[in-house]
Amino acid sequence: MLGLNKKDFSLLLIVALLTMLAPFILNPFPEGSELAQFNAGYPDLMQRFVIFGIFAIGFNILFGLTGYLSFGHAAFLGVGSYAGVWMMKLLTMNVIPAILVSVIVAGLFSILIGYISLRRSGIYFSILTLAFAQMSFALAYSVLTPLTGGETGLQLSLNDPRIIGTSVTESGSIPVTHLFGLEMRDSFELEMGAWLFTFNAGYYVCAVVLLVAFYIAIRIFRSPFGMMLRAVKSNQQRMKYTGLNPKPYTLAAFVISGMYAGLAGGLMVSMDPLAGAERMFWTASGEVVLMTILGGAGTLIGPILGAGMIKYMENILSKINSTILHEWFAFMPDGIEDLLVTLVYPFIGKGWHLTLGIIFMLVVIFLPGGLVEGGQRIARLFRRKKEEPKGPDPEHHPKPAPHVAE
Amino acid sequence: MDAIILQILNGLDKGSAYALIALGLTLIFGTLGVVNFAHGALFMLGAFCAVTLNGILTISHTVIDETRTDFLGNPLKVEVPYIYDIFGETLGASIIDWSVPLAILFAIPVMILIGVIMERGLIKFFYKRPHADQILVTFGLAIVLQEIIKYFYGANPIPTPAPEAFIGSFDFGQLIGFDANTIIYPYWRLVYFGFAMIIITGVFAFLQFTTFGMVVRAGMADRETVQLLGINIDKRFTLMFGLAAAVAGLAGVMYTPINSPNYHMGMDFLVLSFVVVVVGGMGSLPGAVLAGFLLGILESFASMGAVIDLIPGINQVIIYLVAIVILLTRPRGLMGRKGVMEE
Amino acid sequence: MGILEVKGVNKRFGGLQALGDVNLSVEENTVHAIIGPNGAGKSTLLNVLVGKLIPDTGSVMFDGQSVLGRSPHEINQMGISRVFQTPEIFGDLTVMENVMIPCFARRDGSFRLHAFETVFNEKALVEQAEQILIDVNMIDKRDMHAASMSRGDKRRLEMAMCLVQEPRLLLLDEPTAGMARADTNNTIELLKEINEKRDITMAIIEHDMHVVFSLAERITVLAQGTPLVEDTPENIKGHPKVQEAYLGQAHG
Repeated sequence: MLGLNKKDFSLLLIVALLTMLAPFILNPFPEGSELAQFNAGYPDLMQRFVIFGIFAIGFNILFGLTGYLSFGHAAFLGVGSYAGVWMMKLLTMNVIPAILVSVIVAGLFSILIGYISLRRSGIYFSILTLAFAQMSFALAYSVLTPLTGGETGLQLSLNDPRIIGTSVTESGSIPVTHLFGLEMRDSFELEMGAWLFTFNAGYYVCAVVLLVAFYIAIRIFRSPFGMMLRAVKSNQQRMKYTGLNPKPYTLAAFVISGMYAGLAGGLMVSMDPLAGAERMFWTASGEVVLMTILGGAGTLIGPILGAGMIKYMENILSKINSTILHEWFAFMPDGIEDLLVTLVYPFIGKGWHLTLGIIFMLVVIFLPGGLVEGGQRIARLFRRKKEEPKGPDPEHHPKPAPHVAE
Repeated sequence: MDAIILQILNGLDKGSAYALIALGLTLIFGTLGVVNFAHGALFMLGAFCAVTLNGILTISHTVIDETRTDFLGNPLKVEVPYIYDIFGETLGASIIDWSVPLAILFAIPVMILIGVIMERGLIKFFYKRPHADQILVTFGLAIVLQEIIKYFYGANPIPTPAPEAFIGSFDFGQLIGFDANTIIYPYWRLVYFGFAMIIITGVFAFLQFTTFGMVVRAGMADRETVQLLGINIDKRFTLMFGLAAAVAGLAGVMYTPINSPNYHMGMDFLVLSFVVVVVGGMGSLPGAVLAGFLLGILESFASMGAVIDLIPGINQVIIYLVAIVILLTRPRGLMGRKGVMEE
Repeated sequence: MGILEVKGVNKRFGGLQALGDVNLSVEENTVHAIIGPNGAGKSTLLNVLVGKLIPDTGSVMFDGQSVLGRSPHEINQMGISRVFQTPEIFGDLTVMENVMIPCFARRDGSFRLHAFETVFNEKALVEQAEQILIDVNMIDKRDMHAASMSRGDKRRLEMAMCLVQEPRLLLLDEPTAGMARADTNNTIELLKEINEKRDITMAIIEHDMHVVFSLAERITVLAQGTPLVEDTPENIKGHPKVQEAYLGQAHG
């Protein structure tokens, strides 16, 4: 269906179900209960899951397939964000033109950077992309302030010369982003017993975009083009002597992933029309690398899983403080309670980066294929008990992990 | 002329730091073939060795001074560092005053130990893995080290002053025959430069004149052959990693009076140091040093008012710009060796 | 006129004359071997033929067009395929994918952004790939991970990848180098089989005489960068010059 085989189509279907039902799935605990702190069904958090999912899916097309490790992809997200805000300032608060322009501008920018960076490979490529991104970051902070808003970031103001629509609403405030009248911040709340579910318009726009982006990624993975990208990673020498030019293939992958990053940037400002240079900082690029690796580079579902994991942890772990910890361990004798709290405390709250770093290292060391590989290993363990082991999996085909968190 | 000399001098301290970090990066890359993204964190750990030593030296106990009273009329409580009890007040005070230089002695064993643990415990397992994996795991390690420091020392920079004798500036211009007040240069920066030169010379002499250094250089050129000769190169490389860690650490120790250390200073330096290594030529030690100073000085020139007026923002991007141009025109860098990290 | 014409090629590396006035003509539908002791310039000559090195003087024409200054993928698109000393395959891909890639390269040229088709929906190409796998007896390994195969199978696969392109000239760079005797014999059998089934032009660079004499129809002997003689295997065997330059030496 949709040009996909059965396995891929069911994967798409699973992702579709999970994203559409996310407000339920992410809110499993009733309001006011102790476990409600693990709920993640808030519009802005769900939006972030999906937006970073798109970013990581795109990054995976470059890194997962071709093996070229870019350390500067956040630059494209940043450029996309700026372009999106400018569209809103100048043209309309409708998100469609903003998103389109974000994708186009990020695409053009990645043609330029990709063309130069791809003249080198390996570590040199990584450092070139890093240098370009840092340069963009530095420029956005300094000289380009008229375009980027410098340190304060680029935001809407009351005197934007918006061509379609008004500069100021009747109540005297800045108009909000919308999709043909449907405001992104609109939410519908559903109370069911002790549960409160929030359905946010902006989230659903992002979710639909994610599905389209994911569908395109599947098609690319299964296409001759996708196969060529894997050939680039595997053996460029053989590729050249087979009559194929690896350069345009890699550049195309670079630009496509840059456009995905621009799309993520465009969506970000569609939800919250503010763009800052810190989005382009190299640690932001490191974060998307992390998401992709954590989920499983080169697999379809991996980047989405990784993005979800990291954003979830960022939000939940960083909310926990020592009072909450004391509540958790309250059933223990006092001495042990204090000891446990002291032991756990460095890893939560402001220390969640530490947890992140440790998980990241563990994944690279023990599970280079990320969560997807971990899931496969566990699945194989169970299968081996039932039947004789089969030969290696014929297709590079990640099995959809059963416990998808988002 | 005086303006040019001033900019060169201004570039020296940053250039020294770049050169020292890049030197360590190159040593590790050249000997072990590992791209170490945690090297900036080692620089940062060095800086915190100075902070720690200062903290240890100033551990105090409370003494009641009967001769003086506080504003309520009670006998005054004074915090007296234990070190005063051991060495007497005058010597104790100057030991605390000199805590940054003293931290060199403290940092050398600590950093070598950290380096050796890092190599044996982690890096060792990544020799055969792709460079991307090496980058990723050391990047993860850098985050972890940085967060550990943040947990113990907080997020704010910790001022760690130089010894009193080196605080302030002197008129370097007058010394070399210019008008007074044209080239004012802080003492400590000159100390830092001198220190960097000593370390760099030491490392080169070590590699040039000792058997250990000879084996390491041979190993850098051709690891397998040296192994065939029956020399236990791995053990030496472990120590090499320790040495590189110590060089980065010492660079960090001495940098503390110039910039108060904070937990993310390593990352800030790392990106630039990588650029320095690439410009100098992957695997070339002289290249790393040369490029470090060159880029430090270039950065300082680009920060001149006249230059910024001409090309706004150039000071922010000059290093990256140079790196991009170098990589595209001279892929091996200024002094890169053939066959290192090539397709 | 041969399909491959090398005329007056010279190449110097500093003080070393690697190739000196090489003239060579490979006729269509023959197996032509280029032999010579180590250091005779065989690899240099091969690198000139595939565009990796540009000679100081001289010309290399393939089917009336110069190959000099072209990149490897362009030369392949002209109809020259190459087999390496150590098999170069796409280790991360399956056997079938390995063979599909040259099929696409042949049909679509050196680059095409076919991002919305599906590899295994290309029925014609799939058939072509399956046929070649049957021809080289590898169809049962269709879905295997290429890197996990034995060296002999990798060689077989590499050959299949070259053959499926139906090249007008197949270059083989010491195809049995470093192989055990049994593997060498297998490779010779494979090449013989290919030669019998298809009208194919092959140029083999080799220093193993056993391989050369079991396959070649024409032999060029290279010594110190210059062709000594060119003749049929029978004549070469007894040629005094060749014995002096090559056979007299300990056989590598």
